Formats: sequence, structure tokens, C-alpha cells
Amino acid sequence: MAAIFQGVGAAATLSSSPSNSFVPKKFLTSPRRSFCVRKVPSSVVVRSDGSVNFDLNSKSRRAQQLVANAVATKADSSAASSSSNPGHELLLFEALREGLEEEMERDPCVCVMGEDVGHYGGSYKVTKDLAKKFGDLRVLDTPIAENSFTGMGIGAAMTGLRPVVEGMNMGFLLLAFNQISNNCGMLHYTSGGQFTIPIVIRGPGGVGRQLGAEHSQRLESYFQSIPGIQMVACSTPYNAKGLMKAAIRSENPVILFEHVLLYNLKERIPDEDYICNLEEAEMVRPGEHVTILTYSRMRYHVMQAAKTLVNKGYDPEVIDIRSLKPFDLYTIGNSVKKTHRVVIVEECMRTGGIGASLTAAITENFNDYLDAPIMCLSSQDVPTPYAGTLEEWTVVQPAQIVTAVEQLCQ
Amino acid sequence: MATAFSAAKFTAQPFPLNPASTTSHDSSIVFAKPTSLFLGSTRKLRLTSYSKFNLSRRSGTVDAVSDVVKQKKSKSSPSLLITKEEGLELYEDLVLGRAFEDMCAQMYYRGKMFGFVHLYNGQEAVSTGFIKLLKQQDSVVSTYRDHVHALSKGVPARAVMSELFGKTTGCCRGQGGSMHMFSREHNVLGGFAFIGEGIPVATGAAFTSKYKREVLKEADCDHVTLAFFGDGTCNNGQFFECLNMAALWKLPIVFVVENNLWAIGMSHLRATSDPHIYKKGPAFGMPGIHVDGMDVLKVREVAKEAIGRARRGEGPTLVECETYRFRGHSLADPDELRDPAEKAHYAARDPITALKKYLIENSLASEAELKTIEKKIDEVVEDAVEFADESPVPARSQLLENVFADPKGFGIGPDGRYRCEDPKFTEGTAHV
Repeated sequence: MAAIFQGVGAAATLSSSPSNSFVPKKFLTSPRRSFCVRKVPSSVVVRSDGSVNFDLNSKSRRAQQLVANAVATKADSSAASSSSNPGHELLLFEALREGLEEEMERDPCVCVMGEDVGHYGGSYKVTKDLAKKFGDLRVLDTPIAENSFTGMGIGAAMTGLRPVVEGMNMGFLLLAFNQISNNCGMLHYTSGGQFTIPIVIRGPGGVGRQLGAEHSQRLESYFQSIPGIQMVACSTPYNAKGLMKAAIRSENPVILFEHVLLYNLKERIPDEDYICNLEEAEMVRPGEHVTILTYSRMRYHVMQAAKTLVNKGYDPEVIDIRSLKPFDLYTIGNSVKKTHRVVIVEECMRTGGIGASLTAAITENFNDYLDAPIMCLSSQDVPTPYAGTLEEWTVVQPAQIVTAVEQLCQ
Repeated sequence: MATAFSAAKFTAQPFPLNPASTTSHDSSIVFAKPTSLFLGSTRKLRLTSYSKFNLSRRSGTVDAVSDVVKQKKSKSSPSLLITKEEGLELYEDLVLGRAFEDMCAQMYYRGKMFGFVHLYNGQEAVSTGFIKLLKQQDSVVSTYRDHVHALSKGVPARAVMSELFGKTTGCCRGQGGSMHMFSREHNVLGGFAFIGEGIPVATGAAFTSKYKREVLKEADCDHVTLAFFGDGTCNNGQFFECLNMAALWKLPIVFVVENNLWAIGMSHLRATSDPHIYKKGPAFGMPGIHVDGMDVLKVREVAKEAIGRARRGEGPTLVECETYRFRGHSLADPDELRDPAEKAHYAARDPITALKKYLIENSLASEAELKTIEKKIDEVVEDAVEFADESPVPARSQLLENVFADPKGFGIGPDGRYRCEDPKFTEGTAHV
């Protein structure tokens, strides 16, 4: 079983220790190197349009280059793509901080509120040193009162500020559900459009490394029905920074889902200003045989499975949906029309998760293009157990993805 | 902080409910008959102790009003509390609140408005007493009993009535309803259906005011926020959490408790371990004041102090107004639990009658002038009903508007275009 991540928090390291036999040992990466999947030792191509291409062989690379440009998201490709600009390397939590810092410099109304965001720098260091730079009022350490400080953020947003509210762990935002559902989502409508709520609510969620049930929740499934909010999930340093900036600039309330285990991903990102479109999905790996839709951490399980699948002769198309609400039906639809087979891989529970909604949306819109029923791989409807082995079996693992694709494509 | 604590000491002394009792944790109070406590209340505005609080303030500004009142009271002619102009303004606002709510009841029973409608009859002194001291840029946050707060703040009666009728000319385009009165122009930040959920929003508005002054360097920004809520809300977590945050950061906010003793059918005394809500202020480091909420002049005096404090940057205040609603919790409430004697007691302390008496006795206004005002208000309310009646209901095309400030939030459709560009969208027939 490939244990891709170990440890949590700022000290988390990223390593890949595959257990299935045909993955050569050279795929073991040392902690500080970026996660990559490769057959031959060529570099990971992080394209300026944001897609990460896994360089398998020169022929498919060329094909990828052509295809990647065709499906590149508009906002991403608007970022300067001059090859003379080397960009800079950083970790995902640093990318989030960079995005936040740039927006705070750009607009003095942008402020941060949350527990331990100020002097402590954030429990995952996303707001490190921001309080020193911007002051205690702009990076506000709140008491432990999620419902009230989220409501406070909403009141501040209604009266002209642009707060970024951090939930120390997304699960804690369950306490803020009243404010998020009633006020965040609805006030623009019930006030007849008089008040906008340009708030960003962000924080780490998802299943970590033996964090226990309450710290391993996936709140995207609970919040998805709330009208009036948008939900996005970041998965790479590039889209983390881009989505953070886009979310802050958006006039709508946006919930940005980060993942506890992804904070130490390293990537080279452009130096220049860019945003990632909030409503668009990201083409990770173009392919022909099957569409795999995923988001957040499961993207990496999928890419690991993709490696295996390619070896077995399959050509999966991997899309990181990024926008959990609303779905980018264009990118998804184009893919379905091409491959006619869909596998959804998510970390949400089976019942009422993002995958369930996505299955419904695809069936409604693209049923005629499907050659087989949609396969949705979700976590088990189980409170995440503490024991490592049990925890592994609650979430979807690469081997399961491989099996699902093989089943679907036979 | 020393100021707040000296005030805290003041309000920590037990407020004598009746001459015989001196301790507030006396169990006999908790188990006393619900009505005995507040019938014939002996609570007076504690001007003497209050002015002690004024003098001990370190800010250097001594508010002379309370001292003046204290002096005048000893001469037993407090006629300088308001000028004639102010008196008429207050009277008009009280009458507007009452007439409007009475008309709402009529309209409801005629089938012009539906759902939950919560009327403010009897509590007008609190709204008028506080809100008439505010500037336009100050904010008001209320609960579902918000019609009169909106009216006092300046939202036209037409807009409120239309909103209640669910017409597109309503202040929220008919999308909010009775419990969600909003006005950007007059800074009415709602109108909330769940109790307690408006208090953090008010705290946020106060935070913005402080932020504007300290971060955005708008030195003259002294906007104050008033949060109105009831006795039931004072047992809710959001209340306490916001008292803490407001005091911690010295936010320019006043927490106004409209203690009408009843949360639907739940008596305040049956729900609260210590029914003295004003005492909860000092526990968080802010002054807690109790005032007779049926007397608009007393409310106004306390409001001046509290709003002044907030404006000067001295932080929040908790004001408990002892008041009463003459009607049931909502128009659907049969109101069977309340003792008729209690109702009669408070009916005798009707704020409108009291102010009328005051104005006439102190020769600030004549009967005729007051009658003119009442007639004028009747016309305003009639006009509001007519306007609302004649206004159009929202068209289908309005259904999907205002869900998002940026309608791109509906996402990208299968054809690659944003869904909001779909013509069915603007027609309101698209399925989102």
C-alpha cells in the first residue's frame, strides 16, 4: 500500500513508498522533493498554464502539449508564459500565504480572522508573519467562538471589509454552520441584493494521518447544498495561490477547502500575478479511455493509479474538478463526450458527498454519452478510525482506482 | 479597562427588586410567581450611581446630562430632558411604530401577508429611545421583530409594508419578508429569523468601524452599531461570545436587550438561572445598565450615555430594557400563558400615553399638535398600504437574481458558457 504522506502540520514530509512490486525503487522520493510520477527520469513539467504533465514518453508528451493547450483554462493561460521567467519554488502553505499576502497588500480592506492566525502564525503556518507585517487588527486572533467570529466576518463583509476567516480545522466550522448557511449564503438574497458578502472561509480538512474522527471530516458534502456560496478545493501550490487570490477578489462568499496532508507539496510557480478561475476545472492529464474526476488529495492517489494504469496500457484522462460548487460542466462534459466512461474518486463519504452530486449532474446532462454507469469511489460511511490500518481502508487507495478503471473499461 | 471595572463594581451590587430583598441569588426570586417580580416594578433609573460612574471615567469627558437630570429630579421637574422639537419627533416615531404594527395585524387577518409576523406593540420606547439618537451611517441589527427598528432608522413605511406584502417594491424586493428587513441606505443590517445570529453580524459591523478608524485611517469614523435582541437570546452562546469579543476589542457597539419577559411561551424566569441580564455585562468587562423600557425618556438618557461611550472608543455597553409586548409573540400566537394582570399592568405604562402625558404636562405640546401628528401618521400608514397593494408582485425573472453578487457563481454550463448568460436564467425558468 502506497503510503504517500506521513505526519501532519508544518513538519509534514512527503514521501512515496510504494509497496506493489512493479514500481521500481527509484520512485522513492526524499522528503523535500516534489511529488512526481515518472517512468523515465525526466523532469515534471509544470506548465505555465497550470497543468502538471507527467512526462511518460516523448510521443505522448507532444500529444499532451497540444492537448493541454486546447483545454487550458482561460484565466490560467492569461498568466504570462514567457519561458525566460523562471518562477520560484515553494510549498503549498507558502503559496497560500503568498496569495493572501499579495491580496492584503493590494487591498487594505482584506483582513484575516481566526484562531491563532496572528501571533502563532496559523496552525499550519499559512498566516505566518502576516500579523507582524499588517498588525493585530488586520490579522485578528479570535477567541474560540467559531459561530460568532464567522458571523463577525460576515457583518464586516456586509459593511465594506473583505475578511478571510480561517477555521483551524474545517471540522470546527460545523460550529459556524448557522452563520455560514443562514447569513453567508443567504443574506445577499434576503436583502434583495443590497448587501454583498465577499468573505472567504478557508481551512484544512480531509482525512489526515490518524487524526481521529472529528479532525478528519469532509465538510464539502455538508455545505454543498447551501445556496449562494461557492466552494473550491485546492490541490497544488499553483492552484492554491490562484484560488486564494480569486476567492478574495470574488464578490461572492467562497469556501476554500485545503487538505491537511497537502500543505508541504512543492512546486515551481510563476513570479507574476495570476489567479485561477473559481468556476473552472483543471485538466491534469489528458487521455482517451476513461475520465477520472477527482479533487484535493485524491488527485494524488489518482495520479499514482494513473501511473499503474498507463503501464497496463490504459490512457486515463484525469480532471481535478477544483470547483466543488458549481461544477464545471463544460470541461467535465467535453471529457465525457470523448471517453464515454467516468470514474469519480473523492474523499467524501458515499452518502450525499460531492461524488453523489457529480454523478447526478453528469447523468442528467450527459447520459447519452455514457457507455457504462458512472463509478463513484468514495470514502466509507464510517467515522474515520484512529488506527492506521482502518484509516487506510476508509479512504480510496490507488489500487482500488486501478481495479475500478479496469472493471469499467473491459 | 479600569473604567469598565469601576462600572462593573457599580452594577455588581444587587439591584433591589423590592425593598425587602437584597440578594439577587435569593432562590425565592427564582421560584416566585412569574408576574410578582415585575409587577409594580420599583426599578428606577439609578441616576445617582450612574453619575458616579460618569465621574470615575478616565477619559476626561464628563457627561453632564445625568448630573443635570439628577439636579432637576431633586426639584422634581425634569422638563429639560427634551426640547419641544425632540418631543414631537419622539412622539411621531412612537405613534408610527404603533400604527404601523396595528395595520400589519389588520392586513394579516385580511390575507395580505403571510407567514410569521412579530409585532412590536408596547416596545416602541426602546426603538425610538435608541435609534432616534443615531446618524445615518450608524448601523442597527435586529431580530425578527424588526419592523419598527427599520421604521425608526428611516426606512420608509411604504418600503416596509411592500416587503410585508411580498411585492417587488419592498425594501428587500419581496425576497426577505417580515423577518428580514434590510436597508443599505439606512444601514439596517437585518432582520434575522434565528435568535442570536444577528449579534455576531452587529459585532462585525462594529469591527468594521474600528478597522476603518485604525487601519484605514479614517480618523473621523465613529460609527456605532446597535444590536437589539430579547431576553431569550441572552441564554444563547452567540450572545456571550459577542459580549466577550466586543469588550475585548472595545468595539463601538451597544447591546440592547429588549426584555419583555417572554420567549414565545417561555417565561424569562423559567429559562434563566440569573434573570438579571444587565449583570452579565460586567462579567465580560463592560457596564451593564438596567432601564425602564416603557419610558422613552429614560431609555433615551441611557442610550445617550451608551452611544456616547461607543463613539468615544470606550467600548461596548449592555443595556437591559424592561419592556413588554402587548400582543402575542407573533400573529399566530394565541397568547394564553400570560397573566392578564401582568398585561394590564404594562398596558397602564403604555409608552405613548406616558410621553403624551409628559409633553402636555410640561407644556411642550398641545393636544391638538399631538392629534395632528396622529392623523399624519394614519395617512402615512394608509398610503403605505395603498402603495403596497398597488405594487407588482415579483416576476419570475426575479427568482434567480441576487443569489450571487457575481452570478458567475452559478458556474459554467455544458455548452461552455456561464449559466447566467443563458436567457432562461434571466427569465427565471432555468434550473440551477
